[in-house]
Amino acid sequence: MNRILTTKAGSNVNRLRIPWRPFSNDAAPVICPNAGNPEKGSEAEQYDIAIVGGGMVGLALACSLASKPLTKHLNVVIVDSNPALGAKHFIKKDDLPDPRVSTITPATISFLKAIAYIADIGAWRFVEQHRHAYFDKMQVWDYTGLSYAKYNARDADKEVLGCVVENKVLLSSLLSHVQNTELLKKIYPSRLTSMSILPNSSSSEVNSTLSMTSLFTHGRLAKLELEDGNSLYAKLVVGADGGKSRVRELAGIRTTGWNYSQNAIICTVEHAVENHCAWQRFLPSGPLALLPIGDKFSNIVWTMTPKESSDFKSMTEDDFLKAVNHALDYGYGPHPTSSILGGSELFSWLKGGISSSANDCFEVPPKVVKLASERMAFPLSLRHANDYVSKRVALIGDAAHTVHPLAGQGVNLGFGDASSLSSVISEGIAVGTDVGEVRLLKKYEADRKPANIMMMAILDGFQKAYSVDFGPLNILRAAAFHGANHISPLKRSIISYASGELRLPLFA
Amino acid sequence: MASSKLLSQPRWHRLLGTNLFNVRLFSDLASQHPVSDPEPKSNNKFKNTSSTPSSLKEAELAKFAAIADTWWDSEGPFKPLHKMNPTRLAFIRSTLCRHFRKDPLSARPFEGLRIIDVGCGGGILSEPLARMGAIVTGIDAIEKNIKIARIHANLDPTTSNIEYCCTTAEKLVDEQRQFDAVIALEVIEHVADPAEFCKSLSALTAHEGATVVSTINRSMRSYATAIVAAEYLLHWLPKGTHQWSSFLTPEELTMILKHCSIHVREMAGFVFNPITGRWSLSDDISVNFIAFGTKETHEE
Repeated sequence: MNRILTTKAGSNVNRLRIPWRPFSNDAAPVICPNAGNPEKGSEAEQYDIAIVGGGMVGLALACSLASKPLTKHLNVVIVDSNPALGAKHFIKKDDLPDPRVSTITPATISFLKAIAYIADIGAWRFVEQHRHAYFDKMQVWDYTGLSYAKYNARDADKEVLGCVVENKVLLSSLLSHVQNTELLKKIYPSRLTSMSILPNSSSSEVNSTLSMTSLFTHGRLAKLELEDGNSLYAKLVVGADGGKSRVRELAGIRTTGWNYSQNAIICTVEHAVENHCAWQRFLPSGPLALLPIGDKFSNIVWTMTPKESSDFKSMTEDDFLKAVNHALDYGYGPHPTSSILGGSELFSWLKGGISSSANDCFEVPPKVVKLASERMAFPLSLRHANDYVSKRVALIGDAAHTVHPLAGQGVNLGFGDASSLSSVISEGIAVGTDVGEVRLLKKYEADRKPANIMMMAILDGFQKAYSVDFGPLNILRAAAFHGANHISPLKRSIISYASGELRLPLFA
Repeated sequence: MASSKLLSQPRWHRLLGTNLFNVRLFSDLASQHPVSDPEPKSNNKFKNTSSTPSSLKEAELAKFAAIADTWWDSEGPFKPLHKMNPTRLAFIRSTLCRHFRKDPLSARPFEGLRIIDVGCGGGILSEPLARMGAIVTGIDAIEKNIKIARIHANLDPTTSNIEYCCTTAEKLVDEQRQFDAVIALEVIEHVADPAEFCKSLSALTAHEGATVVSTINRSMRSYATAIVAAEYLLHWLPKGTHQWSSFLTPEELTMILKHCSIHVREMAGFVFNPITGRWSLSDDISVNFIAFGTKETHEE
């Protein structure tokens, strides 16, 4: 049964601002028309799709719709109070890298290239003009010193394992791309306070007026009310507003999940030499990841207990750098050698082909010499929306699922959602469907939910497996690692899955 | 046997235009005369414009009136039809775009085409066609259907221009209406005289226009699913809803249409996958199938 979904918010919604808001470097004036003029009761407009949340995933959805012939004529608006969306961003090349970065898998790179085929500056080429780092090697090991795994893109016949890009670069490239298209009609620089969707009903008069209000009262449109007093109507509301999604809350969609008792510290560091490899060491209280972001800079994501995270955040820079180098080197445990578990001879009979990286030696990551940004800390959790869609509402990105950052998959799942939803909308338009119809939106859910849940389960499994320090379990973990390092078909599967090319792992 | 339910239910709405003794009920009486001239019921073969005994008609209409409100309830009795709709539309879109040389990548490829939906019911097919840009006319013999269809279509600016009439194909022929495309889905198996019906469809089709007809094949498989399973084993439909003998094979349909100057160009089947719950187009025409033909007459 459809219910009336109306919630009025009396106060501002407390959103997790700190890590996820890219800020512009210039204090340029906001271009959007309503910014200085919040008159109540200004003319409400009607649109096809309202994307609430103008982050990377929301903008990617807009770009994807703009790139498809069947959907590029739609009227789309974005609702996001982030001032960066209205400002003219010029990211200066000599800016220090922002610590908020994302690892983009090859599958996402293909998606971003595909949605930006129009015009001179493709979204991905814009990214390539700014700082970014492709990496083709990865080394994963833990503190027990029992084993390590080196992944090379060549194992799976690829050129790169992924690319690390600052969030603000991705955001401004997607934004400038979509602004060049006809699709995006307006950006509402405000927050969503309430959303109403009424059940379908028919009016008894045959000659009903087609005003927006009457369409709304008969369940054909959703009504959104914003903090600055504006309202708008839309056939479909897309919630791309992050882990604490307001749209999800207003739609009454419940979530399942738990908080990890871990925080992550992120910051940018500098090396004396260039770093071309992604490093991840599982320490007793969580993994420490070192990702190259170009120009001798790397990004650190260090997961640890909340107490440790406040210590690490407040200690001096030198102490912090020392701690990082220690943790990447001999801290917590010895260097792994492969002799403990028999080396590659054990698995030589299983090798599908020679995986050269299995014979690569363990390496110590390059030393960190300087801290190049402030340290930020934020709590980690796993959250999954029980439904991705409801009448006239669809959730994408973190609004639908948040995961542990340990495998760099989070935003890639979001891009996958954006790609799937825009395909489903396009198929619906092809056969004359109303884009807000639940039956159509459920196709998107059926496409993405299993894949997302699978990934989340795997990541959660990793997180749990590594949070226990127990002898036999450590050895088991190490053996699994070892196997993953030496059994080529398995390794190829793992790389392909993590690159976004396989929907399900191990069923290549 | 979930598939059988879903195979036969799409035509359930046609059931309500047919009484249980397979007496043809495509009369226009619903809109005009509440009490019609009684006719001997022993004659089973009625033509399209025949009248039916008022008592039966009242019963049928009453039964139908109860169901008519659920046309647009996508979880209601018409759910299988809603599920099958996108697949039917995909076929129609592809064949009509090719025939009329319209851009398949356009969001409104049927701009400028006059299309008639014969036996439109609540407008499940008419509305998407209108959203694709067509000038749509929907006709149905049951007044309540037309009312429901009109009310629903009025609630969306893109569909509010659909012309709904409670009438029959024959009457429109008399009015000398013509359309670029004539679409009659899941209708012909309930018609007593398919040949006459096709003649009307053909007369409504403009020269070099398109005709699309879908129905159930007369095959062992369709007997097992649409008749035995749906009506006798699972009681999803009252016994006698469909007369297996009045199903048409693709060859028969092609021949009948050919006699009316409509040459069948393409045919496809609808197949239901009970695991995914989706319908898809396929080459399997052994149960549900749809045919696209073009009208070519040598004289104007």
